[in-house]
Amino acid sequence: MTASETPVLSTRGLEKTFTIGGAFSRSHVRALGGVDLDIAHGEIVALVGESGSGKSTLARCIARLEQPSGGTFLFEGQDIMATSKRRATREYRSAVQMIFQDPFGSLNPVHRIGHFLERPLRIHGAAAGRAEMERAKLRLLEKVGLPAEMLERYPHELSGGQRQRIAIARALAVNPRLMLADEPTSMLDVSVRIGVLNLMRSLCEEQGISMLYITHDLASARYLADRIVVMFAGEFVEGGDAMELLANPAHPYTRLLISAVPDPKRTEPFDPVERALLRREVLTPTGCPWAETAAEPCSDEVAVFHRLSEQPEHWVRCGRYAPSADAPGTSLELPEDDEETRTA
Amino acid sequence: MSLAQDPRAMAELDLGTPPDPDGHVVAIPPPRRRRGGGGLLRGLLGNAKAVSGLVILVVFALMAFLAPVLYPGDPTLIQGIGSQPPSLEHWLGTTAKGQDVLALNVWGSRSSLFVGFTVGILATFVGMLIGLASAYLGRTVDNVLSLVTNVFLLLPGLPLLVILAAFLPQGLGTVILVLVITGWAGSARVLRSQAMSIRGKDFVAASQVTGEGGLRIMFREMLPNMASIVMSTFLACVIFGIGAQAGLEFLGLGDISTISWGTNLYWASNDGALLTGAWWVFVPPGVCIALVAFALALVNYGVDETTNPRLRRPRRRTTPDAPTRVAGPTRKEAAR
Amino acid sequence: MTAPLLEVQDLSVEYVTEARTVRAVDRVSFSIAEREVFGLAGESGCGKSTIANAVLRLLRDPALISGGSIRFAGTDVLALSTDELREFRWRQVAMVFQSAMNSLNPVMTIGDQIVDIFTTHERATKKAAFARAGDLLDLVGIPRDRLRSYPHQLSGGMRQRVVIAMATALRPPLLIMDEPTTALDVVVQQEIMAQIKDLQRELGFAILFITHDMSLMVELSDRMAVMYAGRFVETAPAGEIFDSPRHPYTQALMNAFPPMSGPRTRLKGLGEGVRFRDIPDLAPVTPTHWVAPSDDDSLITEALS
Repeated sequence: MTASETPVLSTRGLEKTFTIGGAFSRSHVRALGGVDLDIAHGEIVALVGESGSGKSTLARCIARLEQPSGGTFLFEGQDIMATSKRRATREYRSAVQMIFQDPFGSLNPVHRIGHFLERPLRIHGAAAGRAEMERAKLRLLEKVGLPAEMLERYPHELSGGQRQRIAIARALAVNPRLMLADEPTSMLDVSVRIGVLNLMRSLCEEQGISMLYITHDLASARYLADRIVVMFAGEFVEGGDAMELLANPAHPYTRLLISAVPDPKRTEPFDPVERALLRREVLTPTGCPWAETAAEPCSDEVAVFHRLSEQPEHWVRCGRYAPSADAPGTSLELPEDDEETRTA
Repeated sequence: MSLAQDPRAMAELDLGTPPDPDGHVVAIPPPRRRRGGGGLLRGLLGNAKAVSGLVILVVFALMAFLAPVLYPGDPTLIQGIGSQPPSLEHWLGTTAKGQDVLALNVWGSRSSLFVGFTVGILATFVGMLIGLASAYLGRTVDNVLSLVTNVFLLLPGLPLLVILAAFLPQGLGTVILVLVITGWAGSARVLRSQAMSIRGKDFVAASQVTGEGGLRIMFREMLPNMASIVMSTFLACVIFGIGAQAGLEFLGLGDISTISWGTNLYWASNDGALLTGAWWVFVPPGVCIALVAFALALVNYGVDETTNPRLRRPRRRTTPDAPTRVAGPTRKEAAR
Repeated sequence: MTAPLLEVQDLSVEYVTEARTVRAVDRVSFSIAEREVFGLAGESGCGKSTIANAVLRLLRDPALISGGSIRFAGTDVLALSTDELREFRWRQVAMVFQSAMNSLNPVMTIGDQIVDIFTTHERATKKAAFARAGDLLDLVGIPRDRLRSYPHQLSGGMRQRVVIAMATALRPPLLIMDEPTTALDVVVQQEIMAQIKDLQRELGFAILFITHDMSLMVELSDRMAVMYAGRFVETAPAGEIFDSPRHPYTQALMNAFPPMSGPRTRLKGLGEGVRFRDIPDLAPVTPTHWVAPSDDDSLITEALS
């Protein structure tokens, strides 16, 4: 990426805190700590984390479905929040699109498939006249590998994989520059996942669309993405070039995720002792293993990132920094329980 | 969730569709369930409860329509001796004043049904607007609207009805207005909660990301998914309208110059029919109101059963705990 | 050779509705020996959950067991009366359902719910039941003081362990587990599987394990079967299925996982156009490895990526 190429998306200190409870008893959940993310033109970045890590919240903020509580983000160099604070502009909607996780929930059951393709075309003026509209719809179906008769069907008549393809077609209809895919294959059958991933990859390559691919599965992240960013408790912990990061994982949470990747041909058996050690490292950090080689000084309060390598890119969060108290509870259980189990 | 309703189950049951002769697989869908209003009507017509309810309603509607034909002239004219029990000449007898009871009630259906359905439509419409706005337009709007709704829910209905009716000028319009004011809050609350659950679904977010405007999302994306509950709410509001109108009029606060089931009851009480035991004067309007309410409730059950297959009575009499049925030959073989 | 614990022969289950009749399970046969772990793998809609529920006769209308037999330790399950079934369920065969952790009663403490099992089925005293409840939690590595907690105070993984413990409460010889880890995060899934493995070694029950994620079965199962559209397509000892899958569908399932090492090549997925029709009966390739013969005719591929 040359210096003159501005990233498609650039977030700085983006954060989101939800308040739950009624008028009298409020509590705060910090779903997203300050995060800085850059996505270059035509790049696929995978955002990896478990449920509660804040990855969906980040995507929803970028899609302007949620209002961030703090921070900024630039789209193609423009500060989006400054120009229109509350609502997204039409230009933004035609530039940034989203694919949702649940193929059964993201298509309105009362409409036919043709409706989902027609609305974006109509709203963004992509087709003038009925004939051109029909042609455009058929072109979209063709791009995602579905037959023309799908237009007359209702969502409940399609399989999960077919519905996701329609969701992809709907997103493509506006010619976006950035696609946010929130776990698009996790609710699909195993055998159709690869097909959908291949489709997304080839479409992005052909049309130069950038993608933020959100997943909990590191293997599919490796398959699809150029860069990977690992998230835990609302903050980034590690990131960099996909192959480099998975070959030399630095942060204990990344190592934890790697050990949990589903693989039917796995050779090493599950080692509960190592797993417990990794958990403990994640939740109660003892020190920073990268302190000597790091250019940036370590810090307990601020999330400093240490550059482990420039080319290929690889950075990791300082080992002395612990997740904040009002971050949402993650699925990692407290180390105490594990100690009792494993040492008994 | 029942198979027929759960889309996942329906997709699950779509096992291995065969390809056509030249090897291309065309995903043959399961028999298409029609959606939208057409589907609902078709479903209703197949449901016994709904059909019986609709039949009764149609009878009353016809009665209201054809009143001028069945009983031409002014039914309030005195036609015979007062307080006569049912006879061949006056099938339901006469009132204390000497008017034909049957004619009065046939004519009365016009006002009662008209007011009932109008109140139903208006109260549901207001409730729907408020419900959608609460769900879609954000937390502040929701808080304000919920507060207003709750206030109206808490206000005691009957005293409010009485006060409003006493102060406003007499007339059918007042009755309708008063009933809508006291009746909208119930439907608003129900429709709001349904709208909120739909608001949380991904397809609403997907519409926003596509760039749909708020109005379109509320009325073209959210509302169609609420069709069955809007229908139920409407039917409940109609029942409320008819009953409350009758109540108001019985108290003398409605429009006394119109003829309706409620005013018939008012005059029955006023003219002492209750005291003299002239049951043929006050029973018919009561029965009419009850029958219409019953019919509406039946249609309501029908709507519920059609849209929620779980409620349908299964073909076989089974209790929920009954173990899985085993086919006859299998059972015999096993016994051998 | 001892008689098998569970023996299913030519089982067929249909869903009979006014619109049409669908065969969810089509002439399936398998058996599970004592202390054996049998993994049943397949994707959504293949009928594996239906088999699990059929063994306990839990399927509701419009389901119908239209053919075949299910025998447990010599007893014919299909001929049991309602009362006999009540005895049979939970004592002889227990089941852990999908997202069972959400089926815990939210208004009762964990302790009360476990105690319920003992007081209902074995007419134990509350005190004795409470002690046994504590023992159960020990077995799955949960501190005893959690007996006083409510379900929402426990994490998803802990709740699932409680449910599994409850299933073993009456020491049934067979446990059926229907995708017990699906609703959990990836990191916790493997830990639950390890827990199940430990429990199985210690208590010695057999398991019928239903899953769509074959990677979870690697260490746990003794034998496995792969299902498609209501029929078995392959069955073999677990190691053989993973090392040398023979049926194209099994191979596709095994290859559907992108590798974590090695060069990045474009994988070919199964594609939604592929359908297997008229799956023939299993035929032995080796005495323990049975495969449904498939030739190119039965495999139809559509031009999808």
